[in-house]
Amino acid sequence: MRALISSLLLWLAIAASSAWALDQDAVRKLATGDSDERTAAIAALLAEGDTRTSGILQAMHDAELFIAGDRILIVRNDIGIDALTGATVSPLPEARDEVAINNRVRRELTAALAALNLLSADPKERRSAVATLTDGAEATMLPLVRKAIETETIPDLKAALEMVRAKLEISSGERAVRLAAINKLGDSDSPTTKTLLLTLLAKSPEGQYAEPDAGLRAAAEQSLRKVEGRLAWAGRIGLAFSGLSLGSVLLLAALGLAITYGLMGVINMAHGELIMIGAYATYVVQTLFQSYAPDAFGWYLPVAIPVAFAVAALVGMLLERTVIRFLYGRPLETLLATWGISLMLIQAMRTIFGAQNVQVENPSWLSGGVEIMSNVVLPWNRIAIICFAAMVLIGIWLLLSRSRLGLFVRGVTQNRAMASCMGVPTARVDTWAFGLGSGIAGLAGCALSQIGNVGPDLGQAYIVDSFMVVVLGGVGQLAGTVYAALGLGVVNKILESWSGAVLAKIAVLAFIIVFIQRRPQGMFALKGRAVEA
Amino acid sequence: MSPAYTPLLQRLYTGRGWTVIAICALVLFVAVPCANLLVPPSSPFHLSAYWVSLIGKIMCYAIVALAMDLIWGYAGILSLGHGLFFALGGYSFGMYLMRQIGADGQYRVNMPDFMVFLDWKEFPWQWWNTDSFLWACFLVVAVPGLLAYVFGYFAFRSRVKGVYFSIITQALTYAAMLLFFRNDTGFGGNNGFTDFKRILGYSITTPETRMVLFVVTGAALIGALLLARGIVTSRYGRVLTAIRDAETRVMFCGYNTVNYKVFIWTLSAVMCGVAGALYVSQVGIINPSEMSPANSIEIAIWVAVGGRGTLTGAILGAGLVNGAKSFFTVAAPEYWLFMLGLLFILVTLFMPDGLVGLAKRLHAKFTRPRAGAASTDAPTAARPAQQDA
Amino acid sequence: MNAQDYATEGGASGQASQGHVVTGELDTSHRTVLYLDDISVSFDGFKALNKLTLNIDLGELRCVIGPNGAGKTTMMDVITGKTRPDSGSAFFGQTIDLTRLTEAQIAHAGIGRKFQKPTIFEHHTAFENLELAMKTDKRVRRALTARLSNEQYDRISAMLTQVRLNQCADRPAGSLSHGQKQWLEIAMLLMQEPKLLLLDEPVAGMTDEETERTAELFLSLAGSHSLIVVEHDMAFIAAISRKVTVLHEGSVLAEGALTDVQNDPRVIEVYLGR
Repeated sequence: MRALISSLLLWLAIAASSAWALDQDAVRKLATGDSDERTAAIAALLAEGDTRTSGILQAMHDAELFIAGDRILIVRNDIGIDALTGATVSPLPEARDEVAINNRVRRELTAALAALNLLSADPKERRSAVATLTDGAEATMLPLVRKAIETETIPDLKAALEMVRAKLEISSGERAVRLAAINKLGDSDSPTTKTLLLTLLAKSPEGQYAEPDAGLRAAAEQSLRKVEGRLAWAGRIGLAFSGLSLGSVLLLAALGLAITYGLMGVINMAHGELIMIGAYATYVVQTLFQSYAPDAFGWYLPVAIPVAFAVAALVGMLLERTVIRFLYGRPLETLLATWGISLMLIQAMRTIFGAQNVQVENPSWLSGGVEIMSNVVLPWNRIAIICFAAMVLIGIWLLLSRSRLGLFVRGVTQNRAMASCMGVPTARVDTWAFGLGSGIAGLAGCALSQIGNVGPDLGQAYIVDSFMVVVLGGVGQLAGTVYAALGLGVVNKILESWSGAVLAKIAVLAFIIVFIQRRPQGMFALKGRAVEA
Repeated sequence: MSPAYTPLLQRLYTGRGWTVIAICALVLFVAVPCANLLVPPSSPFHLSAYWVSLIGKIMCYAIVALAMDLIWGYAGILSLGHGLFFALGGYSFGMYLMRQIGADGQYRVNMPDFMVFLDWKEFPWQWWNTDSFLWACFLVVAVPGLLAYVFGYFAFRSRVKGVYFSIITQALTYAAMLLFFRNDTGFGGNNGFTDFKRILGYSITTPETRMVLFVVTGAALIGALLLARGIVTSRYGRVLTAIRDAETRVMFCGYNTVNYKVFIWTLSAVMCGVAGALYVSQVGIINPSEMSPANSIEIAIWVAVGGRGTLTGAILGAGLVNGAKSFFTVAAPEYWLFMLGLLFILVTLFMPDGLVGLAKRLHAKFTRPRAGAASTDAPTAARPAQQDA
Repeated sequence: MNAQDYATEGGASGQASQGHVVTGELDTSHRTVLYLDDISVSFDGFKALNKLTLNIDLGELRCVIGPNGAGKTTMMDVITGKTRPDSGSAFFGQTIDLTRLTEAQIAHAGIGRKFQKPTIFEHHTAFENLELAMKTDKRVRRALTARLSNEQYDRISAMLTQVRLNQCADRPAGSLSHGQKQWLEIAMLLMQEPKLLLLDEPVAGMTDEETERTAELFLSLAGSHSLIVVEHDMAFIAAISRKVTVLHEGSVLAEGALTDVQNDPRVIEVYLGR
């Protein structure tokens, strides 16, 4: 309520302080004319470069402009102001028609309002105005833009404004100005600049250039080259990032397998379902926060991570104790039994949570992204997953190479009998190691819940991929798993940009199938006696 | 000296075995058709169309199980991609069935509906000559066979084995499934082939046609059984089980094990292809989900339930699991996955030799042990043989 | 695995060439059946064989001894094609290049191998084990239709009798005693009718009586066959040896009669340490 009153007061203040000396003809045309006339009127009003113009344009944009007889009124909160005189009108005439605008006019209005905002005292408003104008400036705004450049003090805003000016100047006026503008555009990195330059170079079917001046054309050609180069880089960076992002997802999914399959030699076909359990654990934590601590919702992830790990690890340890331990040394049987487990887990989740996907929301600090170039936005949740994968990797590496459990795991996997003789509790080590691998699957599930759907079939989508990663990297090779995951991620994305997602996937699978023929032991094979044993 | 060695010229079956087969043949070729076509529906001896199609479907699965048993039970190679060969056979024959629809599709054009829908003007190259029945039959054998031959040759030559091989076959069928989901592949995308009208000019839905298909399937099953039996009782079969148990030794005996494995792998794929073709003509639909990894891995459990390394076990397992599946997916669909999952676990944990193995053990318990009892089937599947380090 | 290419090449010509085209006939015109020349094999930097050179004469019975890790098993792996050498050459007779053949082709050429751990087909009967090992056309097509001829049947029977397994011919080989398994494996080797036999610890796990009979058997084979015997049992070696080769760290340390070798100070140092 208070907000409403204060905005009202502000409004009245503006209305009162303004000496409404606007181009009356233009305002009238704005209200009553057709689209073309309105566009012209907007241009005329803009040309005056008066901030007071914004009141009337804003009103029109917000559907607060009315026609009552021959008067044009701005009506806000039941208080009417005559648009031409600035006088308060009361009582409001009952018979008044809203000024209806179409999309084209609305677009013009938005741009015009932004242009007017360029002179605003608030840097935030100026910034959003520049963003709006970057791709939507009109020639009529040129004076305003020039004026803004003179007064602008923030360097990057000034640079962006200069780019806007160049885009406008490219098609107007003197040759020298245009040439400067064309050269200036060479520093741009946006695809619209490219189209703009291309129109200069375009050739009509009769062989006539759109731009008759050969010198300008040459300059445009040069600038175009520069822009294209930059765009190509932006594309490459985007591709590398999405490849890295996919790679870290694969890595997270495969790291747990690298322990259970790579080190322990257990073919766990239910690995994907452990990932799924981790994702559902995240979902449950999120739901609990939503209902019991909505204020702390942004903090649910730090809680969900250990929970996902613990739940998946417990399920994994339970499986190891009850089923898998009886099948050591019989890989094909393990494969079938764990497949059975995966079916049961899927059905269990369907029974508990329903067959539909559940919604896991990003906390606010993970939504949005960082724009590193125009058109290249790196989403925060993807960045977070890359960092998370790196941390998990380092954690596993430390655990395996520095801790007692790691020592035991390595000992048991190399020589079970000997480790047993030396007092290592092999059975317990198996359980813990399997729990660790499963827990990491849970972490992967937690991460996946932030970027995709969570449903009972989540794990099925990853099981083939994660096995491919482990097999490609070489069994028992943590480093190999990392290279394989990142490599597959990047290759997959590169292929995707050529051929589409499905064909890329098929190509990658085919590549792995062929690769395994050549190097049956993976990229980082152990050589020697150990191989055949 | 007259040693009483087992006669190595093992016959296909003993007299009793032949009797059982003859009875089965009699049931399939005479009793079922009579009970379905001649006995009036009101009679308690009438066999409904539902049962005919169910048994027909299961017989197709039994052929697949036999194929799986040859490669897994006898050669020790677990394939997680046999669903692919089954589906390829199905698609090959499905193309012919689609062409037989003629202009009776929704669009009344002499082209499959999905092609009209995609606005294709002519048949893509894969469809060349598919209106010929003989060509379709050739494709049913050749497509899965060729793929299996090429894949198997390279995989076995590179000595990809054990779990590696299983996972690679899974990737293969997964990749194929993705491929077939695409409309551009030319096989109807998600929906695959369905709404068949005719086969060899006869309507495919009449009881008579269905019964002919049923009998053909029965004959194919018996043929597959005899073929498999012939193989496993030959010296080739003994080499195969030897490869399963100690491949290195077989190589040092002078056998080129690659060729041995490629042969049985290809044959197994062809059997699946034939089963797929029979399946499509009876069930009336084929789509890419047949290639999903889950389907292929289910085949393994049929064989495991019945008993690896025994041909009767494979057929038995296919029948029991699929019978249970058709019952439970109707009666209690939410529990079927639980049961199937449990089946996987229990069989691997407690019945490594399957039902046939269990029966043999029980039989041995209650009859006095006979020295060197020549079992009718090859030795039951072994644990992975430890090879020399 | 580092020489995958060779293996694939051999495999590619497999079916057609089994036994005749590639391998050719064994040419022992220089009275030497096996030439190993300058062979090196390394696994991840560890040199399992280091410039090993070894020649075996026709009909010779050679004993190879050496401490663990001396490269004995790797040497056998190289001869039988299981491991490809990084460098050096291995010839069977004058003409047959062992480094270019697959295991199966080498077996066909006439080299038989007994493993350290008895490797037999445990689920097959003893009779079937010999049937599978028997020298015959081992192509897929033949195996599908093969019938045992009377003559082949008799040969297997005779072999079973020779290794005293005729009483257990119908038992699954897995149920035989350890010594019997060793004998069965030797019998399988002989069924292949090899020119050269590689025997890795053939008497391990045998009773004294069995060991003695094995020694007799080997001595009777020498002359018509060439044998390489790797053993740790010095008494057994003393019973059969004519010439002994001592391997150490992948190369030949000493060669000669057993007594000479046993008195060689370098050998004593290797075995007993300083």
